[in-house]
Amino acid sequence: MTSLPATPPARKLGLVIDLDTCVGCHACAVSCKEWNTGGYPAPLTDQDPYGAGVTGTWLNRIHSYELEAEIGPAGVEEVGRTIYFPRSCLHCDNAPCVTVCPTGASFKREEDGIVLVDEDKCFGCGLCAWACPYGARELDQGSGTMKKCTLCVDRITDQSLEEAARVPACVQACPASARHFGDLADPDSEVSRLVAARGGYDLMPEMDCAPTNKYLPPRPRRTGNRGQGEAPRLEPLAEAGGFLGWLDRVLAD
Amino acid sequence: MHPALSVVIFTSFAGAGYGMLFLLGLLAAAQHHPADLRFNLACLVLTFLLMVVGLLASTRHLKHPERAWRAFSQWRSSWLSREAVAVMLTFVPAGVFALAWLVFVRLDGVWTLFPLLSALGAVAVVVCTAQIYASLRTIPEWHQPLVLPLYLAFALATGTLWVNAVTWSFGVTAPFAPVFALITLVLAWGLKLLYWRRIDGLKPASSTASATGLGRPGGVRTFDPPHAGTNYVMTEMGFQIGRRHASKLRRIALGLGFLLPALGCLVMILAAGPLGILAGWLAAAAGLAGVVVERWLFFAEARHVVMNYYRSQ
Repeated sequence: MTSLPATPPARKLGLVIDLDTCVGCHACAVSCKEWNTGGYPAPLTDQDPYGAGVTGTWLNRIHSYELEAEIGPAGVEEVGRTIYFPRSCLHCDNAPCVTVCPTGASFKREEDGIVLVDEDKCFGCGLCAWACPYGARELDQGSGTMKKCTLCVDRITDQSLEEAARVPACVQACPASARHFGDLADPDSEVSRLVAARGGYDLMPEMDCAPTNKYLPPRPRRTGNRGQGEAPRLEPLAEAGGFLGWLDRVLAD
Repeated sequence: MHPALSVVIFTSFAGAGYGMLFLLGLLAAAQHHPADLRFNLACLVLTFLLMVVGLLASTRHLKHPERAWRAFSQWRSSWLSREAVAVMLTFVPAGVFALAWLVFVRLDGVWTLFPLLSALGAVAVVVCTAQIYASLRTIPEWHQPLVLPLYLAFALATGTLWVNAVTWSFGVTAPFAPVFALITLVLAWGLKLLYWRRIDGLKPASSTASATGLGRPGGVRTFDPPHAGTNYVMTEMGFQIGRRHASKLRRIALGLGFLLPALGCLVMILAAGPLGILAGWLAAAAGLAGVVVERWLFFAEARHVVMNYYRSQ
């Protein structure tokens, strides 16, 4: 059923992505592809994989952006910097991709809010991808069905895995701990506390999708007196005595 | 947005077909048409041809058309599903209407219910088609109150041109028919000019700054794409048409869709016989071709907010 759950899910599983610590290594994207091409949405096909026009289905894409320096009357107030920006499904509360689906393939789980596609029902019309502001859905040209982040639903619920491994593949792969997984409906969860402490925010709030995933902003950089005048001059060393002092005088002449 | 030929053909051809069905339904219920079985047959064949060409084109857009039956299930939330249901439901009264019209030539009594229901169904189908686009907030050029009246007006205008062409071919020349066609043409293209002016002045609510939550507007710019090649989102949503190219196509759409059919209608008013008939068919064909160009532009000029992630705007 492609209506949204009548009552909001009691748990809202999702990701918190820290743009301050993401180093743009793409390990999350690669491990996502590796896990999911054999998991719930399998396969994630590639077209012309070894040719010049390679393209394929990925559930996580890592962009990079440049922030311009902010220069005020007092000099540089915020230095310019590069931000790495992982982009994937945000598992929205008010998911337009679910309600537009004509076949019943797209759905939002009542128990934990995860947005999924039933690959056996999808007929590949692509309307859900049009409805999503975040580009989270890609129509797999090999299978002819819509693919999206599953939050590794077949992994986080797998009781045969040890508990530490029951997290999405992207979270486990991140070497910078920039990705956090948990229940965002619980105000005391680690992820909710992180969002509260760091000012986690929604992407494109004007689209009214009420995304579950939150992004943590880059921390402000210390600017010091950068950009203001010259560096302090070096002071000459104290004059040395004895043998080294004699040597210094002889060489300096 | 990438203008897929399947969807362009579907909305333009089926639109004309449902426009014809709407008009024929009303004319048949009012018994306001030539009492000629061949007229009824010609009208119905043309209507169903336009509808079926359009509907078949729409299935070409699906990667798994064998699962199309599932589209009847989600009418509670999805305009695409509602469209599928409306198409199927409309075939019921339209089928009875067609059979009865071919048996009785003119319908009266309880039989007038079926052409009226067919007309109602035709409106429902076009409303659903328009709402598929108008309900998408992610595409500001489509999320406009003008989109629904536009789809209805174009369906009515093109449908009227085809009905008139058939009518003239049967030697029936009612001067009001081309005048009515002219009115619908002015209405449809007037709305379109208004729409074009509206989308040309659109101030996007989203930006790379709001999409990423980074920096002041203009303070963030794309540095590097996530990958060297392309992907589905970029090819489907990233289609962009040059401004000069678009304005040339707008003029072509206006010429084909408005000027030529309007000229044809004037000729029909002035001349019966072969010249009027020829003008009628040329007007109908040009009118539909104009809507095909207009529909292509409807996609090509629409910009999806997801592209804020891909290029600085």
